[in-house]
Amino acid sequence: MSVAPLLIFGWGNPSRGDDALGPLFIERLEAMDLPGVECLTDFQLQVEHALDLENRSRILFVDASLDGAAPFAVSPLDANRDTSFSTHAMSPAAVMQVYEELHDEAPPPCTLLAIRGERFELGEALSTNAAANLDAALAWTRRWLEAQ
Amino acid sequence: MPFELETAAHPESLRRVAIEPVSRVEGHGKVTLLLDDNNKVHQVRLHIVEFRGFEKFIEGRPYWEVPVMVQRLCGICPVSHHLAASKAMDQIVGATLTPTAEKIRRLMHYGQILQSHALHFFHLSSPDLLFGFGSDVATRNIVGVVAAAPEIAKKGVLLRKYGQEVIRMTSGKRVHGTGSIPGGVNKSLHAEERAALQKDIYQIVAWSRDAVQMIKGLFAQNLAAYNAFGRFDAHNMCLVRADGAMDLYHGGLRARRSDGSTLFDHFDYDHYWDVITEDVKSWSYMKFPYFNAMGNSDDGWYRVGPLTRVTQCDFIPTPLADREREEFLAFDGGNAAGATLGYHWARMIEMLHAAEAIKDLLHDDDICGSDLMAAGKRQERGVGVIEAPRGTLIHHYRVDENDQVIRANLIVSTTHNNQAMNEAIRVVARQYLDGQELTEGLLNHIEVAIRCFDPCLSCATHALGQMPLEVEIVGVGGTVLDRMMRNGDGRCARPEPQ
Repeated sequence: MSVAPLLIFGWGNPSRGDDALGPLFIERLEAMDLPGVECLTDFQLQVEHALDLENRSRILFVDASLDGAAPFAVSPLDANRDTSFSTHAMSPAAVMQVYEELHDEAPPPCTLLAIRGERFELGEALSTNAAANLDAALAWTRRWLEAQ
Repeated sequence: MPFELETAAHPESLRRVAIEPVSRVEGHGKVTLLLDDNNKVHQVRLHIVEFRGFEKFIEGRPYWEVPVMVQRLCGICPVSHHLAASKAMDQIVGATLTPTAEKIRRLMHYGQILQSHALHFFHLSSPDLLFGFGSDVATRNIVGVVAAAPEIAKKGVLLRKYGQEVIRMTSGKRVHGTGSIPGGVNKSLHAEERAALQKDIYQIVAWSRDAVQMIKGLFAQNLAAYNAFGRFDAHNMCLVRADGAMDLYHGGLRARRSDGSTLFDHFDYDHYWDVITEDVKSWSYMKFPYFNAMGNSDDGWYRVGPLTRVTQCDFIPTPLADREREEFLAFDGGNAAGATLGYHWARMIEMLHAAEAIKDLLHDDDICGSDLMAAGKRQERGVGVIEAPRGTLIHHYRVDENDQVIRANLIVSTTHNNQAMNEAIRVVARQYLDGQELTEGLLNHIEVAIRCFDPCLSCATHALGQMPLEVEIVGVGGTVLDRMMRNGDGRCARPEPQ
């Protein structure tokens, strides 16, 4: 099955305030209907998402950030291991590592877009600052996509 | 904010420091070990992300929205909330489900059990079991499993993926599905969806059998250590079918005391409050349920989840899983069935049961039927109970004449297991704490105990930075004697004093 060469994967809980930044980013980007781009979203990253990296030329991971730079921070990702006492979350670096070990090859180049959020309580709306950060992140992404 | 303990033998001499709100929001697990005069662990308190705010989040909404919105309460088992709320709302609309609706929901539920148990075993617990509790944290994770045993890890990923596909096809979407609605479902399976799932199900059953053999072999190799680790006696509660069979979707409540005697059986969960009360403690937002007949939460706490279900049902209604249940119960004279690490074995037996149940449903023509909805006489109150991957899940709602939810009460699996988890950690800490100083080895063992239950964390999912686990020792008089934290990168550190 053919897939779009560029995957943009945003995650978070749409009902937990600024944790919705990832899914909202995907919603706004999908509405642009960009060619060659597939958008995926989920509550959180898990092991099976390593399979979503298959046959891509590049991946952009998008998440809310609790303490990163505002309005957003962009950084290249390397496959890496993480540990947890819980199944409830996985880092993008660990998803890349699972890909690498499953396929015996390095994953496609991955970039992290961390959009700064402030409030993460259940039932909260997106904060004003997070909304502005989302706009800025989308504008950057348009430019980033054009450069690919 | 320090305050007196409420249940200690000598509360005047033991104190602790209240959990800070920020840590709760961030998904930061914390364990407090309270020592007595002899430096023995007297009490344990596991603080995890609380479940406050559920009711406020739900109340005021129209009842038909609830099965969809409650999926956002937990990103790791949204389907369980989706189905428990749907069952409660079936009562609100007075519906008895059509065969197609019930079977589609069951298919969705077994998909959830399969993917959740696969994730738990292969991602979370198999590294502990394969590499040992004291092994290097750098390898004791899914990546370590992949490196050491790539075929096992790949099976884990593909089992999980298959379960997700079952959920996607029955709920309509990969996430935030809307398939189950008050009174039924809004879609059945298309013939091509059914064929796609049928194609792989025999492989899924085979891999599930392999997983049971794997945990069985690990138990046999480490018998004494596995049987003793974090072992404690507990009362138990789960749903069972009318004939006593395991039924993860529907049934009556069965409770047995730790000595095996029956407390209640086939109890209609519509009045669960007649047998269960939720106690509160000053140090936690999470409640402490107990059996009313036992009088209080100190004596009446109980355990739920895979270990309870597999050991308390009379049989499992799929043949391969039932054979494994019998072997599990008989293993080492029944010792494994009472071990905290027996959770992992029981979980794999349930995964096999889920795979077999999916296979059976995929060969039942009702799953492609068109009679999806039912209705009846409108009710004010609805209670839905389901056996979620981690244990019994209760949703309870009252809906007014304007169709708005005016009261909601949820008791999630992790709340049922609240005191059981504390007890498992207490036993482990008493076994492995030497003096007043925390060690990475002790932290490892506490993590292994927590992982048996895999408590639900309510999922503040901004996962940039994995969930850290902090352990602190508090001595007589409330002094914090030591504190250690493991961050998401696996490194241990002693954080600055608060």
